[in-house]
Amino acid sequence: MKKCFIATLALTLILALAGCGNNGNGGTDEKSEGVMTYAEYEAAALDTQVVIEAYVQAKQSWWENQATVYAQDKDGAYFLYNMACSEEDYAKLTTGTKIKVTGYKAEWSGEVEIIDATFEIMDGNYVAEAADVTSLLGTDDLIKRQNQFVSFKGMTVEDAGNGSAFMYNWDGSGEEGSDLYFNVSLNGNTYTFTVESYLCGPDTDVYQAVKALEIGQTVDMEGFLYWYNGVNPHITSVTVK
Amino acid sequence: MKKEKKKICSRLALLLVLMGVMLSQTGCHGSRGMAAFEIPENFDNSRTYEITFWAKNDTNKTQTDIYKRAIQDFQDLYPNITVNLRLYTDYGRIYNDVITNISTGTTPNVCITYPDHIATYLTGTNIVVPLEGLFADERYGLGGSELRFEGPAQGEIIPQFLEECAFNEHYYAIPFMRSTEACYVNKTYVEALGYSLPEQLTWDFVWEVAEAATARDSQGTYLVNGQKVMIPFIYKSTDNMMIQMLRQKGAGYSTPAGEIRIFNDTTRELLYTVAEHAGTGAFSTFKISSYPANFLNAGQCVFAIDSTAGATWMGTHAPLSDISEEALVEFETEVYPIPQFDTDHPQMISQGPSVCIFNKPDCQEVLASWLFAQYLLTNEVQTAYAETEGYVPVTSRARDSAQYQDYLSRCGEDNSLYYDVKIKASRLLLSHVEDTFVTPVFNGSTSLRDAAGQMIENVTKSVNRRETVDDAYMDKLYGDVTSLYRLQSTMQTSTDRKELGPLPPMAAALLGGLGVTWALIGVYVVREAMKNRKKRQNTH
Repeated sequence: MKKCFIATLALTLILALAGCGNNGNGGTDEKSEGVMTYAEYEAAALDTQVVIEAYVQAKQSWWENQATVYAQDKDGAYFLYNMACSEEDYAKLTTGTKIKVTGYKAEWSGEVEIIDATFEIMDGNYVAEAADVTSLLGTDDLIKRQNQFVSFKGMTVEDAGNGSAFMYNWDGSGEEGSDLYFNVSLNGNTYTFTVESYLCGPDTDVYQAVKALEIGQTVDMEGFLYWYNGVNPHITSVTVK
Repeated sequence: MKKEKKKICSRLALLLVLMGVMLSQTGCHGSRGMAAFEIPENFDNSRTYEITFWAKNDTNKTQTDIYKRAIQDFQDLYPNITVNLRLYTDYGRIYNDVITNISTGTTPNVCITYPDHIATYLTGTNIVVPLEGLFADERYGLGGSELRFEGPAQGEIIPQFLEECAFNEHYYAIPFMRSTEACYVNKTYVEALGYSLPEQLTWDFVWEVAEAATARDSQGTYLVNGQKVMIPFIYKSTDNMMIQMLRQKGAGYSTPAGEIRIFNDTTRELLYTVAEHAGTGAFSTFKISSYPANFLNAGQCVFAIDSTAGATWMGTHAPLSDISEEALVEFETEVYPIPQFDTDHPQMISQGPSVCIFNKPDCQEVLASWLFAQYLLTNEVQTAYAETEGYVPVTSRARDSAQYQDYLSRCGEDNSLYYDVKIKASRLLLSHVEDTFVTPVFNGSTSLRDAAGQMIENVTKSVNRRETVDDAYMDKLYGDVTSLYRLQSTMQTSTDRKELGPLPPMAAALLGGLGVTWALIGVYVVREAMKNRKKRQNTH
């Protein structure tokens, strides 16, 4: 009986530890005292102070002690724009790192973000799985997923406007290292997706993969649901079917 | 005793040697760098050259195509010079990359830049080539006899624009294009609000109309546009806003010597005005809300102030647009100079890209760079680039050319090359060149410019966040931006040298060492002189 009890206890511990160690897409997302839930953040008015806890999903850039970061908790996502951050701390912001962020909610060209923010690193780790939002394209529900790590499946590569599958910058004015713009369609509707060069530069797989796309190919994609006067996903991976 | 004295002497000698080493290193610190550029007698055409050109465009494919065409045409004339183009869309990025590359000795050869930025590059020795010698060179200078193209003579560069490239008693750049700011006005809405546009815009008029445009019905819909969104007055570049307002008011900003004068009562008064109108929702900025053009074209803005070089984005029929077709609203666009406090003496900023040349160990390579930089002033490049936006050419030769005059005369013929808003913006500057100004250039002027804009941004954000903006707030704001942009050092060195405090111990030791060295040299010289005198006395 004793042995059985000890074995059960050990198994429980192992399972509990395993639960801590995996990327934990399930379960609740406990917030510290004074920290907003995602619902509270969502309801907060623009220009008000917000305090959130979230997990770094991707780092976009660091510039003059300011970091731009995609973060997410289990209920929603946050775009942390030009957050005060030393270069040393930026290195610590690996994918999954939990941070507590204090800043102001703002909106710029439709993108809801947290600006003038500071942060502290917390204990905890969570890496979000890409949520398939293909069916939400063209619907009013898509914006509810703003800034989340998402996927789009079975889309068709279209002419970028210059006879090829992509363009450097929105009008073709760029060069290697600039943002890549490409068009993909679904059910007759065409959308412009971007490889944001600060998020995924020319040395990344996605940058090279988009450059290799051909019009008419069917692709699956993952990325962050950025907004600029409408949906403008920042793609981080592309798979040709 | 002798032994002890020797020990002291050897220690003194060691100290002097150490000081000598330290002093020699200190001396090197200021003079480290390449030798100054000297104009070669001849350009060596038997050699090949590969030069890099870092260029800025306004995310405009036509502009990048013009750069590429200019390079090709230049290379056709000089087949032994290859020009590698690197494109930027942001002056700040160029500046930061140049700074990084100065330390590694990998600066570009030719670079589009702002004079403010050059002032920082000049903290290194012989980094940027002074150009007056090249200007005047009979063979390779402006209009020189050995050029393979028809470039302008120095007298054909608009003097005001050329002078903007002169500081520290040298010309460190040539102007490439010039622009100013314009106020793009939704005339349809101004008239719908019951106003008539005056001959010249004043700040009072703009604020008054902007306030009128904030009127809403009980549902929160703006009366003027029937939409839920309306920001009547949006300013793109708030650093320019503050700089121009201060200039128009005759208030302090900085002196040519680099003394900072911005933290004055007029600045405070202007910030209170900004706060008042931000508080009613009549005013916002690009950094806070987004591009003025997007709001203007969606019928959500009445006064949009942006560069004349942004004219192709402005208006219902703008050739470039960032918003969807369905969001566009039909209205009549008017193009005005920025608002004025004194309409009898209008003042507006002169801005736009200039070109500098970085020094290299090989003088022939620098000369090749100069030939290319000069080529950018030819009529072909000047007129083509100026026609892409509300820029103006920087040479009278290009301005007076039949091609450019024909271009100006065809204002409104279509909504692409002859887009009326764009040509009106160019005309605006052409008719106000004498009313333009630039701010003094010094090491730190870039930071001061940033600080000027940051104060407007901060005040606007604070009002939006319902924070109290009062004298205590302003005092703190002055302190915060002074600290953030490290303006203390500039203010201190330029305003009150007595407050520098005691010398650091190392400096004091070095100066003391110098004194001792000179004293010992003096003793030695006197002793030798006395010895010689004795010798001479003995020999006579």
